[in-house]
Amino acid sequence: MSIAHVYKRDHINTDEIIPARYLNTDNAAELATHCMEDLDTEFVKKCKPGDCIVAGDDFGCGSSREHAVWALQGAKVGAVIAKNFARIFYRNCINCGFYPVELANATEVIKDGDEIEIDYKKGIINNKTQKKEIAFKPLPDFAIEIIDDGGLLNNIKNKK
Amino acid sequence: MSMTITEKILAASAGKNKVEPGDVIDAKIDCIMCHDVTTPAAISMLKAKAVDTVFDSEKIVVTPDHFQPAKDIKSAELHKRLDDWAKEKKIKNYYPIGKAGVCHALLPEQGHIRPGEVIIGGDSHTCTYGAFAAFSTGIGSTDLAAAIATGKLWFRVPASMKFVLNGKLSTGVYSKDVILEAIAKIGTDGARYKAMEFVGPALKEMSMEARMTITNMAIEAGGKNGIIGFDDITKQYLDEHLKDKKEYTVYQSDPDAKYESVLEIDCTKLEPMVAFPHLPSGGKPISDCAGLKMNQSYIGSCTNGRIEDLRIAAAIMKGRKVAIRTIVVPATPEIWKQAMDEGLFDVFYSAGCVLSAPTCGACLGGFMGILAAGEKCVSTTNRNFVGRMGSPKSEVYLASPATAAASAIEGKLADCRKYMK
Repeated sequence: MSIAHVYKRDHINTDEIIPARYLNTDNAAELATHCMEDLDTEFVKKCKPGDCIVAGDDFGCGSSREHAVWALQGAKVGAVIAKNFARIFYRNCINCGFYPVELANATEVIKDGDEIEIDYKKGIINNKTQKKEIAFKPLPDFAIEIIDDGGLLNNIKNKK
Repeated sequence: MSMTITEKILAASAGKNKVEPGDVIDAKIDCIMCHDVTTPAAISMLKAKAVDTVFDSEKIVVTPDHFQPAKDIKSAELHKRLDDWAKEKKIKNYYPIGKAGVCHALLPEQGHIRPGEVIIGGDSHTCTYGAFAAFSTGIGSTDLAAAIATGKLWFRVPASMKFVLNGKLSTGVYSKDVILEAIAKIGTDGARYKAMEFVGPALKEMSMEARMTITNMAIEAGGKNGIIGFDDITKQYLDEHLKDKKEYTVYQSDPDAKYESVLEIDCTKLEPMVAFPHLPSGGKPISDCAGLKMNQSYIGSCTNGRIEDLRIAAAIMKGRKVAIRTIVVPATPEIWKQAMDEGLFDVFYSAGCVLSAPTCGACLGGFMGILAAGEKCVSTTNRNFVGRMGSPKSEVYLASPATAAASAIEGKLADCRKYMK
């Protein structure tokens, strides 16, 4: 079961996802305790394993810190669904084996608290609460391959 | 077929004659910038995956900068991991403390940036180096690890946006004001995934320092890279700074190259700008916002911590006193020494500023000038996100060194032009 946590905000930046005052570590479990702290101090408490974040435009803008993805992974966030993503964050997600789902009307078709299921390869979000299927454009094959391998470095190693 | 400078550099890096926006290419990397926040993780990943190699120990430049000198035990551990690795891998261009500086000021100054090259770094402001007619972009730790091991990285060729800087900057108006105006016009995602190419007569008159302030903030509009063509000013800087390898390839955009959009900015009409919280796109002319009370002024960072910036701030502060706490951070040891030799330290001391060692420090809320809840800081840095320089309830106002200096004197946002008659 995956619950959607909806933030109707554009430009949620990596400083909000993991503030720089915590960048003196690269330990995912430690970073996870501060995940989304400057946006929502309750997030870590209410996020259950597999839950999703839903947001507006330009999610993950700002600093290139991959710590933002590690914090989300450490907090057991299943995926981020956003209208669109900032470039470096998007790349970092794929490189870490974490799904960025681009959906043009994300914050309109998914309500806070909705129960959803995502089929990443087919590009379908099943909104169980609203009993609706929502289509999105799946990632290109090479990116899905990287995610399936558990990230870019495993992918490079597997290809050798 | 015509191409932009960005397309030409990426095509050459992939051994191709021609690329188009949207093409995915495998680029050969010419230079990798490594610092203390994102590189230790990359090193650990490489060790964990047993691909712990370095593609070329002469093409990697290492400097601690974000939390240096170490601000606490955990950052000291990061520095130790970076230091152990740089020594183990015999990294030729390693700048440990004493030589370390804010990476994007240090690499050009020490002659590591050449036109026509592909440069990457584990830091979003790596786009700074595009001022030297190079393709330069920021990446995360995993890409950094992959590039360190293989010397290659895939890129999607970005479409280009052209920014024409027309006219001439008036007294008291600087390149920082130009880039704040550009970002205010297009928004923080106005150039998402795009190359931002800057041209025009106003740019031709800018020093390399001033140009770097512009390309530095390309990422604040979501840009993949910022880039400026090669000219006599570029050549003169390179003649003075390149050390080991002095050859480079100059690429220029074709006259009929394709741009997704063209934005013209009349620099003659521009005023000093201040970007209000909490996005770099919140730029307003000073005449609309002078008088807002501040608690701190911060002059430094990869955006505006170079010698020219310190000279501008010192010229305004000379013979005056600051009304609020003011922190001056020369970006590299060379800049620090030069500022001292030129007597700028005396000016800052007499004005009541505090001077720091080169560090990214408070720009990203690390240390050396953190804000309390409710405080406001006028800052020459590049981001004013929530909590960027400290408490999530503090506020950051981005401005030029001249505006930050004038505002320090008055204790409120101030028009620097009245100190420049």
